[in-house]
Amino acid sequence: MMKYVITAMLLVGIAVGFANGGAAEVSASIISSGEDTIALAITLAGIICLWSGVMSVAKEAGIIGLLSKAFAPVLSKLFKGLDVKGKAFGYITLNIISNMLGMGNASTPFGLMAMKELEKEEHSGDTATPNMILFVIMNTASLQLLPATMAALRLKHGSVTPLDVLPAVWLTSIGALTVAILAAKLFQSLKKPTDKVV
Amino acid sequence: MNFSNYVIPAIIAIVFTAGLIKKVDVFAVFLDGVKDGAKTITEIFPALFCLMLAVGVVKSSGAAAMFADLLAPITNLIGFPKEVLPLAVLRPFSGSGSIAVYEGILKDNGADSFASRVASAIIGSSETTFYTLAVYFAATKVKKTRYALPAALCGDFAVFVLGVLFVRMTLG
Repeated sequence: MMKYVITAMLLVGIAVGFANGGAAEVSASIISSGEDTIALAITLAGIICLWSGVMSVAKEAGIIGLLSKAFAPVLSKLFKGLDVKGKAFGYITLNIISNMLGMGNASTPFGLMAMKELEKEEHSGDTATPNMILFVIMNTASLQLLPATMAALRLKHGSVTPLDVLPAVWLTSIGALTVAILAAKLFQSLKKPTDKVV
Repeated sequence: MNFSNYVIPAIIAIVFTAGLIKKVDVFAVFLDGVKDGAKTITEIFPALFCLMLAVGVVKSSGAAAMFADLLAPITNLIGFPKEVLPLAVLRPFSGSGSIAVYEGILKDNGADSFASRVASAIIGSSETTFYTLAVYFAATKVKKTRYALPAALCGDFAVFVLGVLFVRMTLG
């Protein structure tokens, strides 16, 4: 799937750029993409190493086990067949908590650790398992309770009541997450894992 | 107001204290974790690179803006403010790009206008779908992501429709 998305983005972008006389801008963005990626990767590397280090201590201290247990009643209904005492379940729990609290990008490192453990526990090989897909979809939707960036930017631009949209944000988040999960369940029932899928 | 200023230092303090109480070699275990983290970043780097290249081309060429113009007649039907369309188009691809567009909307329309509220609802209830998808799967050996992208895009589409609906319902 990604190969088509990436190629389409490149070809459409280049075609539009040439047609609009924006070849210079497109060329500049291609040349600087390496530099931009390295800058982003360095930021990410710092955050990932930090949380990866802290969480391996938390795991040894038994904290992740406690949190998993607390969230198990809800999460075990979503992630069917996943070992509640396993590492994957623990990282999924941490990812969801940090997403909800909007904790400084900690959700990405936990998410990546969860994916690696899901890969081991569910023997995914080269094909995504339903639990992997469900987990990724939950991360492409927003679970954040207090969207701090949004509120700060509204305040900066003179909003009198920057948090008045919170009820709308929550309802939209819940609604969109439900739609995405239902869509996943529907697509899953349409195509069995053994089918050849791009 | 910023809760997370207290949360993160508190977590660090709790984790290290709990580790010592449980007689964990917190120093050695922390180093192991960092080593794993460094490995993860090298694994996701190629996917990140490819995505940054493609997003850069789409943004710099003006293709995102053109796509928004093409969609306008359809989205007018659901009362979607046309000022917010560029944000809706860019949001699944680029985090920093969509924040820049969001700030533009706040500045041009006033932070408490209907358009700004819809834009806020979108920013607050969605994530950069393509980035998340590419990076999360890049941490594994998965090549066939099956229905992950279509399902995630259904969610994004729901954000745009529901965002307008709920802003209108809760704020009139």
